[in-house]
Amino acid sequence: MIKEEVKKLLSAKIKNWEVKNPKRIYFEIDKNDIKEISRALYKDFDMRLSTITGIDNENNFELIYHFSLDKTGEIFSIRIFIIDKNNPEIDSLIDLFKASDWVEREIHELLGIKFIGHPNLKHLLLDDDWPKNSYPLRKDFKNE
Amino acid sequence: MSEKKVIPIGPYHPLQEEPEFFRLIVEGERVTELEIEIGYNHRGIEKIAEAKHWDQVTFAVERICGICSTSHPFAYCLAVEDLLGITVPERANYIRMIIDELQRLHSHLLWLGLAGHFIGYNTVWMWAWKAREPILDLFELICGNRQNYAMMKIGGVRRDIKEEDFPAIKKTIKELYPVLNMFKKVVTDDPVIGKRTKGVGILKKEEGISLAVVGPTARASAIDVDVRRDDAYAFYDNINWSVIVMKEGDIYAKIIVRVLEMLESCSIIEQCLAKISKGEIEVEVRDITPGEGIGRVEAPRGECFHYVRSDGTNRPVRHKIRAPSFVNVPSNIVTVPGYTISDAALTLAAVDPCYCCTERCAVFTNNGQKIFTGEDLVRLSIEKTAKLKKEYGLE
Repeated sequence: MIKEEVKKLLSAKIKNWEVKNPKRIYFEIDKNDIKEISRALYKDFDMRLSTITGIDNENNFELIYHFSLDKTGEIFSIRIFIIDKNNPEIDSLIDLFKASDWVEREIHELLGIKFIGHPNLKHLLLDDDWPKNSYPLRKDFKNE
Repeated sequence: MSEKKVIPIGPYHPLQEEPEFFRLIVEGERVTELEIEIGYNHRGIEKIAEAKHWDQVTFAVERICGICSTSHPFAYCLAVEDLLGITVPERANYIRMIIDELQRLHSHLLWLGLAGHFIGYNTVWMWAWKAREPILDLFELICGNRQNYAMMKIGGVRRDIKEEDFPAIKKTIKELYPVLNMFKKVVTDDPVIGKRTKGVGILKKEEGISLAVVGPTARASAIDVDVRRDDAYAFYDNINWSVIVMKEGDIYAKIIVRVLEMLESCSIIEQCLAKISKGEIEVEVRDITPGEGIGRVEAPRGECFHYVRSDGTNRPVRHKIRAPSFVNVPSNIVTVPGYTISDAALTLAAVDPCYCCTERCAVFTNNGQKIFTGEDLVRLSIEKTAKLKKEYGLE
C-alpha cells in the first residue's frame, strides 16, 4: 500500500492525515516543508502535480497541492495554511518540475501569494495593466 | 549568422474559444525560441462559480470549452458526488460514458481535420469533418444540441437516451469503423504525411514528466496515463478497452494515438449500449453538506481536474478548475524550437489547443516591416508538403 509507505516515510512532517475515500487522501504539512515533501512524492513515488488550489479563508490562505499517483489513481492533497495574510509567501517548486510554472503564476496574480524562487512571476491570465495589489480571487475583492 | 526575427501568432480570432499568443523567435527558417502568452479570454469562471447555485455551476462550466463541453460538467459532478459520497444509478453511468466517448470522437475528428489542413491535405480535412457530422447529428438527436449537451447533473444525468435512439447510435458507430480504419491506413502508409510528422516536434518522456502533460500529448511520449483507467469513474473498469501509448513523442505518434483512441471509443460505446439496462437516471440530491471533493475525467485532451469545497450553503466556497490544455500548451516551449517555421503551425496544433489563430499571424522584420501574413505561414506549410509530394513522385 503506497499510502501507508507515504505516511510512514513522512510521518514526522504530516498532520491531520485523512483518507476521505480509498482514492482521495488529504494531509496537512508546515509550509516550510513543501519542497522536501514534494520532492519525495515526485522523485520517490513517481507522483505528478495535477494542480494547486488556492483558497482565501477568512483568517488565512490555504494552498492544496494535488499530487496524482497514476499507478493507483489516488490523489494526495497536501494542505498548507499561510497565516500571514499581509505578506503571504511560500517556496516555489519550479526547480523540481516545470509543471508548477503556470499554476504558481496563476495563484500569484489571483490570490497575491508570492512564490519564492520563481524566476518569472509576471501575469499569466490577467492583463499587465491590472491594478497592483488587487487580487480577484480574494474574498474581499470588489469588482469596480 | 542570420538575423533574428519575431513571428507573433495570435491572439484573437472570432472562431477560437481560447485565444493564445505565441511569439516565435526565428533565425532564418529555424525557430530558436518560443514564448507563450495566454489570458486573452480569461472569464473568471472560478470566481463566477462562487456566486452560483450548485446546480447552476454545472451549466457555467459547460461553457468553458465548446469542443469538450461535457468533460467539465462531468468532472464537476464527480467532484460534488465525491464530496457527498454518493453513487449514481447504473443507467446514468452508462449514459455519461456514451456522451463522453461520442464527444471524444467528434473532438479527435475535428483535430484530425485541422491537422490535415495544416499540412496541406485538405482531403483529410474534408473527410474527417464529414465523418464528424453524423456524431453531431447524434448529439442533436439525444439532447437537442450539437454542442453544450447539458446532460450532466449532480446525482446522475439530466435526460435519458431513448431506446428508439439506440439503433441510430449503433448505425453511426458501425459506419465510422471503416472511415477510421481508412484514416489509420492513410496516416501510416502515406510517405509525405510520414515525412512531415515523423521526428518533428518531439516531446521527450522526461520533459513530459517534468511538465506533467496529460492525455494524448503524454501518451504519445510513452507516459502511460489515462484517468479512465487509472482513477476509473463511471464503469470504465467494467469495459474492455485499452490505453494507446506510443513512445516516439513526435507529431506522428500524436496522430496515431488519437486515431487508435477513436477506434477504442467506438468499441466502448458499443459495449455500453449492449450493457445498459432500464432504470433510474438520477438520485435526488437536496443539500450539499460541508466538505470537499475532487473529480476528474479524461477529456479528449487529457485529465480535466475539478476541486470543490462546500460550507453547507447553496453555493461553492471554492471551485478550482484545471483544464488539460493548461499543462499541455507549455510543452510547446520545448517542442517547437529546433524545427522550421513551416513545422511550427503543425507542432503548435499537435497538443490540440484551438488553433484558428494561425490565420492571424504575421512576420515582421526588426524595423517593423511586414514580410509574411498569417495565411503565408499556412501556405509555407502546404508548399512544403507539395514539394515532398513531388519528390516522392506523387504528383
